[in-house]
This record gives sequence, C-alpha cells and structure tokens, in this order.
Amino acid sequence: MTLPASGLGPDVDRHDTRRRMMGRAFASLCALATCVGVVALAVLLVDVTLDGAPRLSADLLTSFASRFPERAGVKAALAGSVWIVSLTAVIAFPLSVSAAIYLEEYAPRHWSTRAIQTNIANLAGVPSIVYGILGLALFVRALGLDRSVLSGALTLSLLIMPVIIMAAQEAIRAVPPTIREAAYGLGATRWQVVRHQVLPMALPGILTGTILALSRALGETAPLIMVGAVGFVAFTPSGLSDQFTVLPLQIYSWVSRPQQGFHEVAAAGILVLLGLLLTMNAVAIVLRNRYRARL
Amino acid sequence: MTLPTLLRPGDGVAPAVAPVSPDPGEPPRDPLDLSRGHRRNFGERLIAAALFVCAAASTLITVGVVVVLLRETVGFFAEVPLTAFLTDTRWEPMFQEKHFGVLPLMAGSFMVAAGAAALALPVGMLSAIFLSEYAAPRLRRVLKPLLEILAGIPTVVYGYFALTFVTPAIRMVFPQTDIFNAASASIVVGIMIIPTVSSLSEDALRAVPDSLRQGAYGLGATKLEVSTRVVVPAALSGIVASFILAVSRAIGETMAVTIAAGNLPNLTLNPLESIQTMTAYIVQASLGDTPQGTLVYRTLFAVAMTLFLITLAMNVVSQWFLARFREEYR
Repeated sequence: MTLPASGLGPDVDRHDTRRRMMGRAFASLCALATCVGVVALAVLLVDVTLDGAPRLSADLLTSFASRFPERAGVKAALAGSVWIVSLTAVIAFPLSVSAAIYLEEYAPRHWSTRAIQTNIANLAGVPSIVYGILGLALFVRALGLDRSVLSGALTLSLLIMPVIIMAAQEAIRAVPPTIREAAYGLGATRWQVVRHQVLPMALPGILTGTILALSRALGETAPLIMVGAVGFVAFTPSGLSDQFTVLPLQIYSWVSRPQQGFHEVAAAGILVLLGLLLTMNAVAIVLRNRYRARL
Repeated sequence: MTLPTLLRPGDGVAPAVAPVSPDPGEPPRDPLDLSRGHRRNFGERLIAAALFVCAAASTLITVGVVVVLLRETVGFFAEVPLTAFLTDTRWEPMFQEKHFGVLPLMAGSFMVAAGAAALALPVGMLSAIFLSEYAAPRLRRVLKPLLEILAGIPTVVYGYFALTFVTPAIRMVFPQTDIFNAASASIVVGIMIIPTVSSLSEDALRAVPDSLRQGAYGLGATKLEVSTRVVVPAALSGIVASFILAVSRAIGETMAVTIAAGNLPNLTLNPLESIQTMTAYIVQASLGDTPQGTLVYRTLFAVAMTLFLITLAMNVVSQWFLARFREEYR
C-alpha cells in the first residue's frame, strides 16, 4: 500500500507514513479494548447457560431448598424476591418521586438545597453493605422488626432511593419549561402545574428509572445478609413479619457449597434471576421508547 | 365607542343567565372572592411542606448511617486502641488471643481494587475513546448499552463466574493457586467496573466541543493525535472522576469478592493466595452468630466505618473533579 507523497521530501514522507500507521494501530487497539467487555459478557452468559440449562425445569420453580442438590429448587427464594422487590417499590417510589419534585419544582436556590443534592449524590456511592449495617442496627435491632420481609424491604428502599430520586429529577428536568409557563399563565398554582402538566409528561422517564433501580434491588445480596435473610428457608413468606430468602442469597448459599450438584442448581438459579432482570429491563426499554416518541 | 369591560372568570363560558335569587342564608359567591385563594394557598403550602419533608428525609439516611456507625465504633475503640487497629498486622478477632489490626483487610480490599483497576481503567478508557471518537453512531448505540449490561448483572453472578470459570482458568496456568484467590476476584470485579469507566469517560469525551477537534485537524493532526493530545486532555477531569468512582466501587464490592477471594485475613502481595477484604469480613461475621453488644459485633461497625470513610472520600473527590469538568464546558 502506498501513500501519496507529500512532495516535501523522503524524510517528511517517512514521518507521515509512521503517523498514519500509528493511527491505525491505535484505532485497532481501541476497538480491541471494546471487545474485551463484550467478549467477557458473552463468555459469562454462555458459561452460566451451559452449567444451568440442564437443571432448568418446572420442578426448579416449584421445589424448596433441599440438602440434596437434585431436589433443590428456588420456590422460597423466588417468592421472597417478589415480596421484597414489590414492597421496596411501594416504599421507595412515592418518597423518591416526592423528593425529586421538591428538588426540581419547589426548592429555592439555597445552600440547603445544594446540601441535599450533594448528599443524594454521595449516598448513591455508598457501598451496599453499609446500608446493610444501617438496616441491621436500625430496623432489625432498634425498631425491633427482626429478620423480617419488612426489614429487608426498608433496607433496600434506603439503598435505591437516591437512584430513583436522581432518575426522577432528570425526567422532570426534561419537561420543557414552556409547558409550565403556559400553565402558570392560565392561573394554575404550583401544585396544579406539577400534578397536571409536569408529572404526566415525566412519568415514563420516572418509571424507567424506578424499574432500573428495582432491578438493582432484585440483584442485591449483601445488605440482605446483614439484615438476616437466610439461605435455607422451606416456606414462602405470607406476611411482612415473616423470615425470607431471596434469589441472589439462595444462589450464594449454593455457590458456597463444595458439591458440583449445588453449583449446577446455582447456575439454574442464576438463569431464573437473569430472566427476571431481562424482563424488567425490557419493560423499561419499551417505556423509554414510548417516551422518546412522545417528546 | 364602548370600551371592552374587564373579563371576569366565568364570562363567556356559560350563557349569561339571570342570577338565581340569592339564598338568604348564604351570601352570593363572588368569583373574585380572595378567601378562596387563601384556602388554595393553604393546600399548596401543605403539599410543599410534605414534599420538602421527603427530600429532607434523604439527609436522614446519611445521618442514620453516621450515627449508627459512630455509636458502635466508639464502643469498639473504648476496648481496642486506635493505634492497634491501624498498626497491628493481624486480624484475628475470634481467636483466643485476639488481634484487631485492620491492615490485612485493607490490604485485601486494595489489592483486589488495584487488580480490578489495572484491568478496567485501560480497557474502559480505550473503549470510551473508541465509542466517542471512532465508532459510527449506529455502532455506538449498540455497544454502549451492551457494555452497560455488565454493570447490571448481580454481583453474586460474578462470584459464581469467578469460582467456576476464572479460578480454574488461572489454575491451569499457575497450578499452585489457592481455590480462593485475589486474582480471580480482581478479574471479575474489573469486568464489573468497565462500564463505570467507559460510560462516564465517554460522556466526558463527547462533551468536548467539536471546534477543538476541528481546530486540531485543521493544523494537520491525525485522528490519533486529535484523540490523545486534544480531546483526552480536554476531558481529563471527567475521566479522572470516572476512574476514582470505579475504584471506589471495587473497594465497596462485596459478593463477588466474598465468594472468590476467600475468608483468610492475610497480609500478602501475592494475588494467587487466599485473602479477605473488609466487605468479605463484614459478611462472614454477620453470617455467624454475633450477639449484640459483644466485641465481635462491634468489629462489624469499626470495619464498616473504615470502608464508609474510604469510599466517601473517593466519591467526594470524584464529584469535585466532575464539577470542575462541568464548569469548563458550560
């Protein structure tokens, strides 16, 4: 391959050729680096599928945990996960959206607002296990809620509230200010503007952020270990004060056993968990696309 | 010529009807009655106050974390001197002869984080350059969410992957490797934090104004030179912010590390050995029976406090860099 000569002499030509070669090498390097992540994802998914697919059956979903890997199932964990995530949604959603509305529509430009905002950003970076410690000391011990579904859901609510607040703020900020101005111009009060104009427009975005935050709650293990969810539960929870386990915790308890059989059940459990996550994310994507189409 | 009279609310909505003879008990309602506005104002203020309470509640979470951690940590340091905690090289809180040196746990956390950073920072950064500078928009729209899936996979799944895939692979190369080892944990944590680096850095790179790129091209620079000598330096504070945030995530990571790196507090630099991180200790101690009020129970809080302070400091620094970056290109 020859490059056009610059007409500035052989030295400049050689230099130019080198620069172009370096450029190509760097482009390939960048493309290669991007592949690392994609390939790692593919290997992980294929590995888990190969290990877990043979154990994937209706029995897996309808059996409780067992000392025998061939009889073990995820029934209690699946029910626990559904309980915990639903309850977390009920607790965290209204609080977070209210906080976001306050920060975007009501808050004065004041140091206290900035402090709240900075605090929320910092909370989003606190390791989840620290929330577990908070849940253990506050809900399990101080409030006497014990190792219950309610303790677990409250702990996870604290964990995902900053995430939902930030997503909801972004969705509210995306509502064009002209809409608000028009409503104010017609004599609407602040709450009427929020209730009838801003919220309906921001809702798909808020819901997308909420679903993504809830899918994080669905995958959390460490904070629930702290608040005392247990790996071996042979019943499904029937109330807020019942003991519980969740899918990731059940998977952890199987992974930490040395027998190969339990590793296979763990892989099958992971497939169930990933299936749930995929469903939630698909819903979020559909919502986001509808939102884009409307704005 | 008649001047238009001022419109009053209600005018033009319904045909003018002769006013109904006023009820003797009730005075006629004036549409401009200001007391109605007062009532409306009261409701408005109530709503505003309720919303403020919800926003302020988020600060209560931080207060809660700090109070809870401080209370038990103070109790811990009443029994174990701070110097022993920070300088003793052994962490043996459950042995007969107790040692409370947090160094082995910190070293474990930092070793895993360093290994993860060694993988994720260059890979994430180069991916960010590829996505922002080289990839066609269509390709970027596919690749970026694909990479972000890595951050959405539950960490317990990474633990499984480390134990059943990465560790056996390492042992094929280095047969003396422990079943639980820091290297395997580092690799999966590194994979996990790639999207933190790539997505945030890409946002920073794309925020660099195009005029800078065009200026450099105009001077005859190649794409490599534009990317590495103009765009990356211009986005540097945003990139640094993403690096710090990623490392802070690696330090706070719990399940993958607990499953893959082991539970052996071990002050070592050999990544093929079994170690224990701060997070793994917290999980191990809370899985066992740790009655409230005992010293072992308090170690949980002392270690969690250490972890909280380290990650908080990193997050604050990261946000400072991010704020500086945002200011530059506003």
